[in-house]
Amino acid sequence: MTTHYLVLSALLFAIGGVGVLLRRNAIVVFMCVELMLNACNLAFVTFARQHGNLDGQLIAFFVMVVAAAEVVIGLAIIVMIFRTRRSASVDNANLLKY
Amino acid sequence: MQSPAEIVSHAGGVTGVSWLMIALPLFGAAVLLLGGRRTNAWGHFFGVAMSLGAFAVAVVTFVELLGLQPEQRRRDIGLFEFIPGMVDLGMLIDPLSISFALLITGVGSLIHIYSVGYMSHDRDRRRFFAYLNLFVAAMLLLVLSDNYIGLFIGWEGVGLASYLLIGFWQHKPSAATAAQKAFIVNRVGDFGLLIGIFTIWTTFGSLAFADLTHEVAGQASEGTLTAIGLLLLLGACGKSAQLPLQSWLLDAMEGPTPVSALIHAATMVTAGVYLVVRSGAFFEAAPTAQLVVTIVGVATLLAGAIIGCAKDDIKKGLAGSTMSQIGYMMLGAGLGPAGYAFAIGHLITHGFFKANMFLGAGSVMHAMNDEVDMRRYGALFPVMKITAVTFIVGYLAIIGFPLLSGYYTKEGIIETAMHHNQILGWLAVLGAGLTGFYMSRMVFMTFFGKKRWADDAHPHESPAVMTWPLIILAIGSIGLGAFLVLGNRFMNFLSPAVGLPQPADMPEPHVFGVGTAALATLALVAAGAAFAWFRYGAAEVPAVAPRASFLTTFARRDLYGDALNEALLMRPGQWLTRIAVFFDNRGVDGLVNGLAAGIGGTSGRLRRVQTGFVRSYALSILFGAAAVVGALLYVGNI
Repeated sequence: MTTHYLVLSALLFAIGGVGVLLRRNAIVVFMCVELMLNACNLAFVTFARQHGNLDGQLIAFFVMVVAAAEVVIGLAIIVMIFRTRRSASVDNANLLKY
Repeated sequence: MQSPAEIVSHAGGVTGVSWLMIALPLFGAAVLLLGGRRTNAWGHFFGVAMSLGAFAVAVVTFVELLGLQPEQRRRDIGLFEFIPGMVDLGMLIDPLSISFALLITGVGSLIHIYSVGYMSHDRDRRRFFAYLNLFVAAMLLLVLSDNYIGLFIGWEGVGLASYLLIGFWQHKPSAATAAQKAFIVNRVGDFGLLIGIFTIWTTFGSLAFADLTHEVAGQASEGTLTAIGLLLLLGACGKSAQLPLQSWLLDAMEGPTPVSALIHAATMVTAGVYLVVRSGAFFEAAPTAQLVVTIVGVATLLAGAIIGCAKDDIKKGLAGSTMSQIGYMMLGAGLGPAGYAFAIGHLITHGFFKANMFLGAGSVMHAMNDEVDMRRYGALFPVMKITAVTFIVGYLAIIGFPLLSGYYTKEGIIETAMHHNQILGWLAVLGAGLTGFYMSRMVFMTFFGKKRWADDAHPHESPAVMTWPLIILAIGSIGLGAFLVLGNRFMNFLSPAVGLPQPADMPEPHVFGVGTAALATLALVAAGAAFAWFRYGAAEVPAVAPRASFLTTFARRDLYGDALNEALLMRPGQWLTRIAVFFDNRGVDGLVNGLAAGIGGTSGRLRRVQTGFVRSYALSILFGAAAVVGALLYVGNI
């Protein structure tokens, strides 16, 4: 009965993962990360329903809080990078290496 | 056969404070070394006074010992517990040790006095006297200790003093090298002595002479006793410059002449003979070890004599002669109680006449601007009569001229050896003949013949402070032998310490007082002296050594002893170190450096993974997560 939800969650997670790996624009990568987080949330909520308790829903709230914090920090970084380098491509920000 | 007397403990009297004998010269050395330049003005007198003080204590102790019954004459004076429960350090005053103590302090004091004159131009005279005092203290500790540990401490002490004094003129590379050579060769002997002492400890559980009696020694197996004997003999060979550890003594002549006289002729080099006689309990129970002692003695007495025949350096000639005479003593010491008295007697008379001749040689060198080459001497008799006459007295004593010191003691050794074993006896006779040749050669080349002096040489007699010791030593060289040997006086005196021989071991007294061995010896000595006169007295002696036959070159090069050591020990040792260095550089260093280089190279390649592209990191995280999930699924616990 909950299988469809889990399949949807897996699909969303896969789409998000592929987006993170393939897209260059930092904003889009960011959105894909959010997509993956929300796919997880969907899975948590589905499992909470399946088991008949609230643990999964609780975790989903935590994930949302973490995601919000991450967005704040992440967007700030992206904006700073864009200001200095005139580009939001993740491939251009490769100075921190060997 | 009479065994040595039991050692009784002793307190009180002068004998009770005989530790002063060691303490006085030790104190002298400490004051002179610690006092530094402040003691320069009076240091030499202080050193002489300390040595004379030790001599006075020795004489008084000796007199007190004579006042006791013979079987009471082994007194043990406990001083302190050295290693608790194992070694109590103390002094053993018995006829053997007091004979040595008298020789060391007596001849030592004369040489101290002589050195005041001989070293008067040396800037470091105070340091010289400090080392001489140190030597006297260590040598007395060696002979007076009542156990092997004390003996070993003294043994190392004299080695140190010998090293310091050979290298006294350390600004000369040859002297510095000779000092190191003496020290290193002695290490080999000391190694043997130490292992020997360890073996005694594990076998008998004690190192005190009082516990190691003939009865106790007889309980061990003969194999153990032979091993102990051979190890002690190795130590004796090192200290006494016997084959095969003889090579250091000739080089040791680089030291100042009084040192050669005191340490490398009269006292220290005879320590090996003392060790063998003192350890008689082991040697007498191990005939094989005794046989080896006699063989070493005979081989060395011949080798030393042959070397002495070819040396043009007067001190090296005398050094060869010292080796040879100590060979006689070793031979005597290897013959058991029958030979002990003659060995020690010869040691004492040799201490006198050899010190006499070394000091005489020093007097000649002093007069000839430190020239040592006898080819540059000649006709010195008229200009330095006292030196010449005393030297000739010593010369007559050493070749065994009848009625002089050396005659009695050396003849005693030869007769006893002949009685023990004909081959040993005849080889000893041959050695005596060689002695007659090389000593005569030395006297003729130095004091007679034509002048072959360097142009700037103005020889003159030495000052009184140097000639008086010569005169006193010469008197000892004349009379001491007869005093000791006639009527078996010395043998009876020593018997509480070393025991008396069985009558069968003693050569029979001769009807006319001289036996065939003595006659043969005298004939050979006379022939040797005549040949020397023919070659070096009557004939011209070239001032530069001519090219010589193979045999002479063989003797001049010390029987190729150094070459042998070089080929057998030094070169293999160098190869070994070279192999070790190669192994270290290529093997150990290679391993360590290779490991470091490998890690460095790998990490250098590995860090290329950090590309800086965030998407590649994300990919690796994905793969990592997938791998973890896959592993968990595979394990199946999820």
